[in-house]
Amino acid sequence: MTMFSSRSWREFPQRYRLEASKFKKSGKTYYPPRDVEPVTGDTEQEIVRLPDIGKVVTYTVIRIAPGQWGDEGPYALAIVELTDGTRLMAQMTDCNVDEVKIGMEVRMEFRRIQAEGSAGVLSYGHKAVPKWF
Amino acid sequence: MRDVCIVGAGMSKWGEVWRRSFRQLFVDAATAAIKDSGVDHLDSLYVGCMSGGLFAQQEHVGAICADYLGMAGLPAMRVESACASGGMALRAAFIEVGSGVSDIVMASGLEKMTDVDGDGATAALAGAADQEYEVFHGATFPGLYAMMAHAHMAKYGTTSEMMAAVAVKNHHNGAMNPVAQYPFEITVEGVLNSVMVADPLHILDCSPITDGAAAAIVTTEEIAKKLGKPYVKIIGSGVATDTIALAQRDDMTTIKAATIAADRAFKMAGKKLSDVQFTEVHDCFTISELVILESLGLYEPGKAGPATLAGETALDGKFPVNSSGGLKCKGHPVGATGVAQAIEVFKQLTGQAEGGRQIPGSPKVGMTHNMGGSGASSVVHIMEVA
Amino acid sequence: MAGIVGYGAHVPRHRIKVEEIAKVWGADAPSYKKGLMLREKSVPPPDMDTITLSVEATRRALIRAQNVDPKDIGAIYIGSESHPYAVKPSGTTVAEAIGATPDIHCADFEFACKAGSEAMFVAMSHVDAGHMDYALGIAADTSQGAPSDALEFSAAAGAAAFIMGKENLIAECVDTHSYMTDMPDFWRREHEFYPQHAGRFTGEEAYFATTKGASNALLKKSGMKPADFKYAIFHQPNGKFPQRVSRELGFTQEQIDPGWLAPRLGNTYSGASPIGLSATLDVSDPGDMIFMCSYGSGAGADSFIWKVTDRINEVRDLTVRTHKLLDENVTYIDYGTYAKFRHKIKKNY
Repeated sequence: MTMFSSRSWREFPQRYRLEASKFKKSGKTYYPPRDVEPVTGDTEQEIVRLPDIGKVVTYTVIRIAPGQWGDEGPYALAIVELTDGTRLMAQMTDCNVDEVKIGMEVRMEFRRIQAEGSAGVLSYGHKAVPKWF
Repeated sequence: MRDVCIVGAGMSKWGEVWRRSFRQLFVDAATAAIKDSGVDHLDSLYVGCMSGGLFAQQEHVGAICADYLGMAGLPAMRVESACASGGMALRAAFIEVGSGVSDIVMASGLEKMTDVDGDGATAALAGAADQEYEVFHGATFPGLYAMMAHAHMAKYGTTSEMMAAVAVKNHHNGAMNPVAQYPFEITVEGVLNSVMVADPLHILDCSPITDGAAAAIVTTEEIAKKLGKPYVKIIGSGVATDTIALAQRDDMTTIKAATIAADRAFKMAGKKLSDVQFTEVHDCFTISELVILESLGLYEPGKAGPATLAGETALDGKFPVNSSGGLKCKGHPVGATGVAQAIEVFKQLTGQAEGGRQIPGSPKVGMTHNMGGSGASSVVHIMEVA
Repeated sequence: MAGIVGYGAHVPRHRIKVEEIAKVWGADAPSYKKGLMLREKSVPPPDMDTITLSVEATRRALIRAQNVDPKDIGAIYIGSESHPYAVKPSGTTVAEAIGATPDIHCADFEFACKAGSEAMFVAMSHVDAGHMDYALGIAADTSQGAPSDALEFSAAAGAAAFIMGKENLIAECVDTHSYMTDMPDFWRREHEFYPQHAGRFTGEEAYFATTKGASNALLKKSGMKPADFKYAIFHQPNGKFPQRVSRELGFTQEQIDPGWLAPRLGNTYSGASPIGLSATLDVSDPGDMIFMCSYGSGAGADSFIWKVTDRINEVRDLTVRTHKLLDENVTYIDYGTYAKFRHKIKKNY
């Protein structure tokens, strides 16, 4: 299924710059950004940029991929915990799917996430690359 | 609150039901339930349906179901909570009867999943996950549960064999269920040799795509008695939600929403887990059953796998789980599953389970756990013999 | 004059060897390796393109710039012959990704392999003219070589980004020159997937004449000789051409070595001499003079004289060096994977 332009465009700050919400009272960071802090209900926040280094806390290797991802399979999908404790889901890239391990150190890198066929819009974001430098 | 009962139930054919449409499946289940209960009218209708829109381009589900049941005019509403839609429809009916607003309410569930291709079904189901922060990155449902599995395996030493044992048990039970989509036995070896879908989940670790509907008649105890048919009492109902995205759960190896929903249901029922003899849980994937049993408190974290291997949750085990065959063997028409789980508990408690799958020992209290997405919603019901 | 305030490069980790390509087409690998002085090239995976390479290179440039707020960048120009869109600039996505929008000039550049160096020149000119404090010139490509064509052995991928400014320079630009004529040596028509070229004609009158034209003109107007330079970088469609043109101009192998990347990187098209420049800056010392001349078919060449400042010692290792990107973390792929990565396999969409 395709994502209409406006929906995609609205997500650029999160996708392109890993922008997150940091709430004033608790000092906690949430990704994606939220208007209301869970539990506290606080609404006073500032936008911060997440760190780009983290580690894999769990993963899978998708071997039967849905249509639009068919050519990219098999691919590994991971939940990454960044150095500030924030967690997010991202594809692993630049590595053999069999190399992915819980605890692996990664760096978030800007990559093309999806392309809508040969004529549609390109979607960019971040994937996790094994940290080698 | 008045006492609320289930007094009759019906199911359509479950499987790839090419010859019955979205609305026809509903009618099949609904008319069977009405006949089974002996009611001569309904006061209102709830239909649990995850996505009539994406699967059948049909919204306005309450209205179309009432209309084709021949009851245009009947109050009707569609209830949605992804794969927990059916359980939530039951809860809505429970509240409407219990509160005194209505006397006879049909709690039903419906999903027609085969009028779209595999990609279409995957895309529709993806709506239960976080579209932007999970699905955008290539997450699929097997993928999300696979991630839960890896975390559980790393933390507790759960193995693929333990997960496969869930599928084998559920097929053993479902082989005796005339409604089941895949009524045959499988083996652990067969599961482990089946194609890998999302490491570590094989295709036989995953519940199927199914067309189907299920309906239960919910009413007061007074009316149930007058009808003279077997009935059970719904004594507890509990619901909870959690973060939509797996990455934001406090602990990915447990379903917090299931724990809280169960606590709420038990509180309402004035009962404890030890009062329950059997359960139907949401085994959308084999790992799900293990995690749910731990989340419900039946087993300590990490212990459900070994217990399943040891046969504790078999039909003749200490605590039978999924005597119906579960989602894995019976099938998983998303919106209908929650209602079908309740129907299984109703049948077991009233001694009506067919095909040889009646749980021995005359169970008195059963429970259902129905879950949406990767655990962002859970609904638990507790039922007792009359 | 203005100059480089921050620089960075990015290159994919995948490589394919000449032997691997040669065996598919029944070509003689040793003679290609010898003739091109090239043994392998970089290959971008499907999730890398000119935009993503540019973002990572620019992020590294910002790290080396140390104190540049992206919002103070007044222009972003990306030169490439493989912009992902024919209409919709690569620059807008890169600017958004680094947080430089909305008060910023942008348009994409195309001039075959010199689109990037032209982007660098224009960015620098904006700063020189006093229009803005900082401007970004980026050179990036993921170019295609037609199957079984000689260029298939060399068409590679990579990017280098340069933040131009007036203060706190890493390298000052002393002077520049550009030399351009209408020259049909290599081209790609609209809607064609692969470029075409005029074979041996692309040498003498195109690459060599144009490169020498720009280089000699700059040497003359600056009053400098090849021996005055510590390093030199030339456009490198293969290993041989920059060796020959540098020698013919009077430069030595030693001078071109740090920036002579084609033998193990391939031809990164717009990225070629700019990535060579970033590799050279990595190893340079304060006071070094660096001569650079790009070449783009069509044809033109941009020459630059850079003077390295003290600041290079502070910044070179703030982020990964270019040579590390070329020599470490490398993984080899076969032709089938290469064809799949480069969308060379026909599909119905």
